Amino acid sequence: MLVATDTRNAGGDAATRSILDPPGSMLLDYLLRFADNALVLAQRLGEWVGKGPVLEEDIASTNVGLDLLGQARLWFAYASEVDARNGQAGRTEDRFAYFRDSGDFRNLLLVEQPNGNYADTIARQFLFDQWHVLALGQLTLSRDTRIAAIAAKAIKEVRYHVERSSDWVIRLGDGTDVSHARMQSAVDALWMYTGEMFTVDATERMLIDAGIGADAAALQPHWRSAVDAVFDEATLVVPADTWMQGSRSRGGKQGIHTEHLSRLLAEMQILARSYPEARW
Amino acid sequence: MTGKPATTQTPQPVAHASAAIADVWRALGLVPDPEVPVVSIVELGIVRDVARHRDEIVVTVTPTYSGCPATAVIEADIRASVEAATGTPARVETVLAPPWSTDWIAPEARRKLLHAGIAPPGAAPATDAGAYARPIRFARPRDAVPCPNCGSLRTSELARFGSTACKAQYRCGDCLEPFDYFKPH
Repeated sequence: MLVATDTRNAGGDAATRSILDPPGSMLLDYLLRFADNALVLAQRLGEWVGKGPVLEEDIASTNVGLDLLGQARLWFAYASEVDARNGQAGRTEDRFAYFRDSGDFRNLLLVEQPNGNYADTIARQFLFDQWHVLALGQLTLSRDTRIAAIAAKAIKEVRYHVERSSDWVIRLGDGTDVSHARMQSAVDALWMYTGEMFTVDATERMLIDAGIGADAAALQPHWRSAVDAVFDEATLVVPADTWMQGSRSRGGKQGIHTEHLSRLLAEMQILARSYPEARW
Repeated sequence: MTGKPATTQTPQPVAHASAAIADVWRALGLVPDPEVPVVSIVELGIVRDVARHRDEIVVTVTPTYSGCPATAVIEADIRASVEAATGTPARVETVLAPPWSTDWIAPEARRKLLHAGIAPPGAAPATDAGAYARPIRFARPRDAVPCPNCGSLRTSELARFGSTACKAQYRCGDCLEPFDYFKPH
C-alpha cells in the first residue's frame, strides 16, 4: 500500500522519507506496542520485589524487569519524537506511561496477566520471551534505522531472558509432581493469550509492507518449534488452540484489554496522577 | 560459546588529536564505573567518541544495559571530570548503535576485574543477522568460568543474575568461594 498524500510521514529523516512510509500515526501505534509490552511486563515483574520465592529469583525477576523498563524508555523516546512530528505536543515518556488509560495501551494481553504463583510468572515470561526475541530479531533488519538500533540493543538482553525462562520451564515442568502440575496449569491458562502475538492487523500490515515492522505471522512457526522443543524437554503438553487464537482476533494491540491492566495501571499511575509535578 | 570478535573496538585517542582532546580522554580514564569501580568507563568501552563542537566538548557514550541505573551517574561524572580537566563545558550524547559488547572491555580492565574477585567475561554471543534467525530452544551450554580466587574450572552457576544487571553469581567447587561473573554480552 502506498501512502503518498500524507505529508506527516515518519520513519526517518525528512530527506529519507519515501512514499512507502506509513502515516506517522501508524508508526506511533506500532512503537507503543513494543513500548507498552516492555513497560507493563516490567511493572508486573516489579511486583515480585521483596517476595520472590528465593533471593536469587527475586533479583533475577527484578533485573529482567529493569532491562524491560530500559527498553520501554528507548521505545517511548522515539515515540515521543514521532508524536511531535505528527503535530501533537510530543508527549514525554512519563506522559505516555502515566497519563494514558487502559484503552490507549497497546501491549499484548499476555504481559498484563497477573503474576499468580511462580510457575504462572515463568510461563508468561517464557511465552513472551520466545516471541520477543524473534520479533526483535526481525526488527534489527528494519528499514527504520532508529527501530533497528533499539532492537539490536534490546535483543542482546532478551536473548538472556529467554535462556533463563526456558531453563525454568524445564526445571519446573520436569521437576516434582507439584511443580509439574503447576507449570502445566500455568501454560494451559495462558495459552489462549499467545494467539494475538501472531495476528497482523492493518497497522502491522502497513508497517511490514514498508519494510519497517516485523511480520508477526511469519514468526509463528519459529516460535512454535522453539516452544515445542522446550515443552518436550519439560514433559509439558502443548494446549489446544482456542477461539481467541484466530487470525482475526482482536485484543491488546487494538487497545482491548483484560481488566487486569486497569488494576495494574491504577497502582502504577496513582502517584504521578495525584502529584503531577512530583520530583524525586 | 559461539562468540566472534566484535567488529568495533574501543576507540582510542589518536595521534593527531589535539592536546585538549587528549586531556579529555585522560580525564575520562580516571572516571570509575559507579557499579564496578575497579575499572574506568573508558576501559569498560562505553565511551565511543570525544569531539569539540564550538565552545563545548561532546562525549559520546553507549549504555551497557538499557535499564542500567548507573547511566545518570555516569553522565554527571563525565561532565564534572571533563569540565574540571579542561575548563570547557561538556555535553554527553548517547548512541545505541552499535550496541555495547563486553568484547570491548580492555585487556588491562579484565586483569583488574580478576584482581577484584570478578571473573571477566568470555566471548560475547554472536550478534549477526543469522544468529537472530535461529530460534533459541535451550539454554546454551554454560561457559567454563575460571574461579577468580583459585583458578579452578570446577565452578557452577548459582543464579543468572548477581548484584548488578551485568553479573551472574557463581560458586567454586574447589575453594568453595562464591564469586561474580561478568556476563558475556
